[in-house]
Amino acid sequence: MNEVDPKACPITANHIKVALVGQPNVGKSMLINSVSNAHLHVGNFSGVTVDKTEVLFDYGDYNFTVVDLPGTYSFTDYTIEERVTHDYLCAEDYDIIINVVDSTNLEKNLQLTSELLTMSKKVVIALNMSDEADKENIVINAEYMSELMGVPCVRVSAVTKEGIDTLIDAVIQKYENPRNKPKLVFSEPVEEEIAQIVWYLDKHKFESVNTYRNIAINLLKNNKKTYATLHDEPIWTELQPILIEASKHIELHHDSDDIKEAFAEEYAAFNRGVVAEVVQQEVRKNERTLTEKIDSILIHPIFGIPIFLFFMWSLFQLTFEVGAIPMEYIDAFFIWFGDTLGATIGNDDIRSLIVDGIIGGVGAVVLFVPNIIILFIGIALLESTGYMSRVAFLLDGFFHKFGLHGQSFIPLVTGFGCSIPAYMSARILKNDRDRLLTLFIIGFMSCGARLPVYVLFAGAFFSPEMAGNILFIIYISGALLGLGAAKILKLTAFKGVDEPFVMEMPKYRLPSLKLIWHTVLTKTMMYLKKAGTYIAAASMLIWFLSNYPHNLILEETYDTKISIAQDAHQKIVLEHERDEALLEQSYLGSIGKFSEPIFAPLGFDWKMSVALQTGLAAKEVVVSTLGVLYSLGGDVTQDSNSLMGAISKNISFASAIAFIVVIMIYLPCLAASVVFTREAGHIKYFFYLLAFTSIAAYVMAFIAYNIALFFT
Amino acid sequence: MKTLFDCHKACIVKVIKLNTKGDLKQRLISFGIMKEALLEVLEHSPGKSTIEVKVGKMNIALRAKEAQMIEVEKI
Repeated sequence: MNEVDPKACPITANHIKVALVGQPNVGKSMLINSVSNAHLHVGNFSGVTVDKTEVLFDYGDYNFTVVDLPGTYSFTDYTIEERVTHDYLCAEDYDIIINVVDSTNLEKNLQLTSELLTMSKKVVIALNMSDEADKENIVINAEYMSELMGVPCVRVSAVTKEGIDTLIDAVIQKYENPRNKPKLVFSEPVEEEIAQIVWYLDKHKFESVNTYRNIAINLLKNNKKTYATLHDEPIWTELQPILIEASKHIELHHDSDDIKEAFAEEYAAFNRGVVAEVVQQEVRKNERTLTEKIDSILIHPIFGIPIFLFFMWSLFQLTFEVGAIPMEYIDAFFIWFGDTLGATIGNDDIRSLIVDGIIGGVGAVVLFVPNIIILFIGIALLESTGYMSRVAFLLDGFFHKFGLHGQSFIPLVTGFGCSIPAYMSARILKNDRDRLLTLFIIGFMSCGARLPVYVLFAGAFFSPEMAGNILFIIYISGALLGLGAAKILKLTAFKGVDEPFVMEMPKYRLPSLKLIWHTVLTKTMMYLKKAGTYIAAASMLIWFLSNYPHNLILEETYDTKISIAQDAHQKIVLEHERDEALLEQSYLGSIGKFSEPIFAPLGFDWKMSVALQTGLAAKEVVVSTLGVLYSLGGDVTQDSNSLMGAISKNISFASAIAFIVVIMIYLPCLAASVVFTREAGHIKYFFYLLAFTSIAAYVMAFIAYNIALFFT
Repeated sequence: MKTLFDCHKACIVKVIKLNTKGDLKQRLISFGIMKEALLEVLEHSPGKSTIEVKVGKMNIALRAKEAQMIEVEKI
């Protein structure tokens, strides 16, 4: 595959624009990965490729643009993805369609193929997953199939890279050669009616780019666009009665009052015929597939949910236990780095900016990279194995009681990683109300960026053995609060009919290491990039706000006091007092002091108030703000180098609990808020979200604070 | 009238009619749940709130309410 190399296409060369279409879970994104080196995200549940993705590469004399369209079961507008695909195929300009089908489940996949074949476009069928078909002893005669269907069919495997070049060659050949008409034969009554309409169009020498047969089929299928085009033509008046008669005839034949259903049955019949001709397979009756065997345990009516809870609990345990191992070293590294670098800088202000501001702030965030990596690996595993759909199946009954849809589970779990993809994946919900409701709840699922805050506080107030459990409790109670909030919203703001729950349960797949590596690497790099840029800048700003304006008189008063102090201990106490006083009169201190009364009922000091406000920009900044504030103003005794120590000394248990509650509930970061507004469709929803989360956070934190006070 | 909802685990039935219309009907059809199709009930979730059926080689999860719309007969 050396000649296939992703690069921009020069305008002069020959272009082939390919639309990649297929049902969900047939490995389209994986195929595009094999064809080019693009790093796309592939998951094993429906609705992964939400936006269409374009990939460019050169092959032979041609420049290819492959558009990866979201998976669709048929030409309906049931979900947003299906609408994206349908609109693209009908309205956009492209040269050829590659229809990716799953070789192990040909009959079902051909249902979409037959709809594609009625479109009068050039089509090439990629019989993907041929390696899996071989394993299951399914033999497909691709040549015979090409002949029967009138379109090239090529065996490929995205995994083993088998047939990829043959596929592209077939695309070029199909592109260069004049159109070879696809053969799609209907039942006799339908063929009769098609023939009559074709004869009529032919008689009137109707001018069209599409074939008459095509127009006839589309008219019979009640295709709105075809109707609209013909409606303005003079022949319409005569054509209409013919159509009405034809529809009646077909509906009678199929014993249905629904012409779409009748055509679906027609396609199914044709496909059954094709499959019977070209597929050879050992019939193994009553033998459970591996997926069904696994399912009998994982979605067991009694054990299913405990098993799921166990998986989640293990994930959080791992996140904490394993993630804690490298943390010490990272912490020590940044302290050493700060000290070493600080020693080389003469100017006090600059040294403080770099050591306390930037290195302190960024270090506090980088510290949590191990935890983030483990959490992302866990979520990637959930996604790519196919377990996510099982959980949706298990939890729908429960979710439904709270007004949520079982499929809401997918965006909600994604929300544990990051709210941004979670907001985007909410598109799998078709009903607007269900989607909005889910969008409002996603914020309750604590994202990866909030993890550092929890780890910090859990570590500061609980023993290491307990910290993992505390983390689990935080996540679960966040999720439960979300469900409660969903119920309230469903009963008030989002009343209405429920969306039906009909979803595919994909086969279990062993997760591809490469894919998980890519997903986790990309997300971790994003996190680090954020730490290096955004958070470094925020840390500098916070450092500035906490160091200025200088109050020379205050400084001098304390310095004199320190110089006349007798013993060393008194000096240290005075130095601490000086730093504290200076910080309080800084800009940041003023902001904190100003907002302190608001947060006083929750037991927050002004430093915590400030941290919450900077956290509106990004949750990681909460930790770096605390880092900067406590390293500047905190006491400089013994073990205070570590932020955890400073926190446990300066913050009461009850305030810490209230603080965690606010972090759990209040508005996600700035970037997520932007995506939320885009997905919700209107700016007003952002203000609703702001009001809803702020009030909920405040009230819940107030309750939590008072309960915690009562017990301590 | 017997619906898919009434079927026990491991029972194999044939679809007679889909008592629904519009988008949901299209959705069911696109999953292969149409007249004459054979369905095998694989699993119920707790409280029979969702049902997993096998259609051809594909496993589909349905909510009880949707299962009640699918008229079936035993074969």
